[in-house]
Amino acid sequence: MSEIQTNDTGGKKKKGGSKQKKISVFVDFTPMVDMNMLLITFFMLCTSLSKPQTMEINMPSNDSKITEKDKSTVKASQATTLLLTGGDSIFYFSGEPNYKDYNSLKQTSYKADGIRSILLKKNAKAVSLINDLKQQKLDLKITQDQFTKQSSVIKNGKNTPVVIIKATDRATYKNLIDALDEMAICNIGVYVIDTISKGDRFLLKNRETKGTFSQIAAAK
Amino acid sequence: MSKVKVARKSTRIDMTAMSDVTVLLLTFFMLTSTFVRKEPVQVTTPASVSEFKIPEVNILSILIDPKGKVFMSLDKQADMVETLTSVGKDYGVSFTSEEIKKFKILKTFGVPIKSMKAYLAMSADEQDKVLKDLGIPTVKADNQFKSWIKNARATNKDLRIAIKADQNTPYKVIKDVMTSLQDLRENRYNLITSLKKVSDK
Repeated sequence: MSEIQTNDTGGKKKKGGSKQKKISVFVDFTPMVDMNMLLITFFMLCTSLSKPQTMEINMPSNDSKITEKDKSTVKASQATTLLLTGGDSIFYFSGEPNYKDYNSLKQTSYKADGIRSILLKKNAKAVSLINDLKQQKLDLKITQDQFTKQSSVIKNGKNTPVVIIKATDRATYKNLIDALDEMAICNIGVYVIDTISKGDRFLLKNRETKGTFSQIAAAK
Repeated sequence: MSKVKVARKSTRIDMTAMSDVTVLLLTFFMLTSTFVRKEPVQVTTPASVSEFKIPEVNILSILIDPKGKVFMSLDKQADMVETLTSVGKDYGVSFTSEEIKKFKILKTFGVPIKSMKAYLAMSADEQDKVLKDLGIPTVKADNQFKSWIKNARATNKDLRIAIKADQNTPYKVIKDVMTSLQDLRENRYNLITSLKKVSDK
């Protein structure tokens, strides 16, 4: 393949059938291959193929000018508060915190049968609607744009659960991402990351001491 | 006994096909991949199911290591220079053109502004060595991080903020960074994660 045969007439033309001299030019490609291999190795080591994935979040503004009236208030019955603590465990309660009964604060995990099943149950209506939409998109009945539009309408619809995520200082960044991930998986449209309050710390402590903490507080 | 005659064959292999393949591979790698940015600390990002890709230009990435050190990088050199001078102005530090030139070529920066001059005077090897022990202060009393973000935003309006943190970073550090961003009304930002499938476990 790398051989080129040239027809050389060999100088003067002679009468009656010219004598042709065949010169073969063989190009050795081995150094070329060596060099290419080196370059490939360089590119494989120094570059990354995949672009990093990202998760976009919108945080509420903590501008002091915004008054309580402008803040969107959350119906207590629809809110679920997740308290992310160290040791990869989540504590959660629905609605208003109950400071008296330590059993109102329940413990769960990041596994599929943990927090996900709880949230899926709470958001069952929206989840089934979204799954229908997904099927329609797979059957090419609706476009991607329509899908995103309609799913956001469903997610932000009335009576969908609201989740408040509060992380303690002992939680890791992974815990936070995992919790945000569950929001995406469970199609929860409205969720907030909030700072942990004194009341939440009390709840956790109360749960740890199985209610003695609230008894002490009550005695005071 | 007669000798067995072995036919002499040429052992020359035609490398043209091989060369074709390698050139193809090379082209593929050159076109699809992007260069890895040198980072002062090794960071393992947590995995998530989110599939959004990060845009390539106008990125202000904030790197947070497990110990809570904060570093920053900007992708445009012009932005870096302007940000440095305006942050310097905030803290009363001015830089010579020589120092600015050296700052321009840094991939990641994260040095308290007071020691920036000394840092820029070092050679590249020394810089690599000390950078991982420095980091931008984020504590309430001396929040230089805020100043960096504010000035970076002032130089480039289209900047997108991306946070890349290690999965074992305590939430306390993340909270400090997030509240600093909130104070500056930077309420939209991206968290860089690696991809995972929805697990059933």
